[in-house]
Amino acid sequence: MDAFLKIRGLKKHFGDKRVLDGVDLDVAAASVTTIIGKSGIGKSVLLKCIANLLQPDAGTIQLDGQAIAQSRRRANSDAGVSFSYMFQNNALFDSLSTFDNVALPLREATKLGRADIQQRVSAMLQQLELSDAADRFPGELSGGMKKRVALGRALITKPQVVLFDEPTTGLDPERKYSVFEMIADYRERFGFTALLVSHDIPEVFEISDQVAWLDGGRIQFCGPPEALNSEAQTALSGFLSKANYGRKASAQFGGTQ
Amino acid sequence: MIRTLGRSALSVVFELGEISLFGLGALRGFFAQRGRLAKLTLAIHEIGVRCFPIVATVGLFTGLVMGLQLYYTLVKFGAESALGTAVALSLIRELGPVLTALMVVGQAGSAMASELGIQRNDEQIDALQTMSIDPLGFLVGPRLVATLICFPILTAVFDLIGIFGGYLTGSVLLNVDAGVYWNRVFESVSWADVQGGYIKSLVFGLLTISICAYRGFNTHRKASFPGVRGVSESATRAVVWSSVMVLAADYLITSFLL
Repeated sequence: MDAFLKIRGLKKHFGDKRVLDGVDLDVAAASVTTIIGKSGIGKSVLLKCIANLLQPDAGTIQLDGQAIAQSRRRANSDAGVSFSYMFQNNALFDSLSTFDNVALPLREATKLGRADIQQRVSAMLQQLELSDAADRFPGELSGGMKKRVALGRALITKPQVVLFDEPTTGLDPERKYSVFEMIADYRERFGFTALLVSHDIPEVFEISDQVAWLDGGRIQFCGPPEALNSEAQTALSGFLSKANYGRKASAQFGGTQ
Repeated sequence: MIRTLGRSALSVVFELGEISLFGLGALRGFFAQRGRLAKLTLAIHEIGVRCFPIVATVGLFTGLVMGLQLYYTLVKFGAESALGTAVALSLIRELGPVLTALMVVGQAGSAMASELGIQRNDEQIDALQTMSIDPLGFLVGPRLVATLICFPILTAVFDLIGIFGGYLTGSVLLNVDAGVYWNRVFESVSWADVQGGYIKSLVFGLLTISICAYRGFNTHRKASFPGVRGVSESATRAVVWSSVMVLAADYLITSFLL
C-alpha cells in the first residue's frame, strides 16, 4: 500500500501516563481508516497529534512524503488545507448562522473574495442539503443537521485529510447509519482521505477500508475489516466481543466466529 | 512558611508574565486578522455599549452619595463651598477609573471569561486552530483593542455623571450655590488630573480584560474542575483577580503620579 499519511514512532505522555508509545500507521490516499480501541486509550490524542492540536513528544507524521509542518506551510499558501477536523460535539459557533459557520475558515484563513466565498458556501450547503437552513443558528438545528454543518465546515477548504473524532456520539442507530453513509458518500464525491475514531462496532466497518486497533499505546492490528475474523484468537477478539462484534459481523463479512 | 510564601509569590509573578504575553499575543494577532473593523465594532458593543447603563447608574449614585457625605464633613469646617473641588477631584483621580473598571469586570469581564471557557470546553477554540485561524487574535484581540477605546470613554461618562450627582445633592438638595459648585469644579481640575485618570483607565482596562480573557481561554489548564464547574470557577477567579489587580495597580499608579 502506498501510504499517503505515514505515522512513525509517535509518542505522547501526560505526566506519568504514557498514552501513545510508538504509534506506526499507514493510511492510503482517499481511503477510510477507522481507529478502534477502549475509551481513554488515546485515540483522540492520536487524532489531535495529527491535527497539530497536541505536540507529540517523539515521532514523525508525513503527509504525501512531507513532514507535517512543511505540508501545512505549503497548504496555507494556496486555497486548500491539508487537514480538517470534525469534532465529537461539532464545535459549531452558536452565534453564527449555518452559512457563517461553513464560511468561517474561508473568510478568516484564505484570501478569497466575498463573491467566491458566497458561491462556494452556497454550493456546499446545496450538496449537504442545508440550503434551507442557511440562516438558522446551531441551536435551531437537529443533531443530524449539525453534523452536516460541521462536515460542511470541515470540507469547505478542500482538505486532503479529514479527521473524524467519534462523529456519531449521541445519535440514535438510524442517525448513526446516516452519518456513516454521509461520510462514505462525501468521501467519494470530494475524494478526501478519512481517519475516524469510532466505538460503533461493527457498523463503522461497513464504510472502512482499513481498521486500526490501538491498545497499550501502539497500533496492535491494522488491516481490512474482513481480516478481523482471522484475528479472532488474539487479544483483539476479547475487545471485539466486548464491543458486541459477534454474529452480526460474521454475517456482514462472511467470516466464522 | 517562608518557602510557601516564596512559591506563592513566584507563581503570581509567573502568572502575571503569562497574562502579559497572552495580551500581547492577542493584540498582535488582532492586527493580522481579516475584517478587523467588523470584529472591533462587535467588541465595542460588548464592552462599551452594554456597560454604559451600569456605569452611568453607578456614576450617578456615587456622585449623589459623595455630595451628601462631603457636604456634611465640609460644613463642620465652614468649607462647604469646596464641595465641587472635593467631588470632582475624588471622582476624576480615583473613583471614576476604579469603579468603572470594577463595573466593566462585573458586566463584561465575567461574561467574557464564561464565554471563552465554554468555547474551550466545547472545543470551539481547538476548531479555530484546525481551521488555521489564530484563536487569540480572533477571540481576544478585538476585545483588547475595544478596551483601549471604551475604558477612557466610560470613565469620562462616570466622572461627568458623578460630578452632576454631586451637584444634585450639594446644590439642589442642600443649597450650596450652583455657581460656586461648578466654578470650583472647573477651577480645581487640571489637565494632569484628567490625564492621570485616563492613564489609570487604560491600564485597568488592559489588565482586567486580559485577566478575564486569560482565565476563560485557559479554563482547561487553570480550573480545578472540568466542565461547567471549571467554567464557573474561571469566571469567579477572573472577577476576583481583576478586582484585586485594579486596586493594586491603582495604588502603584497613584504613587507614581503624585
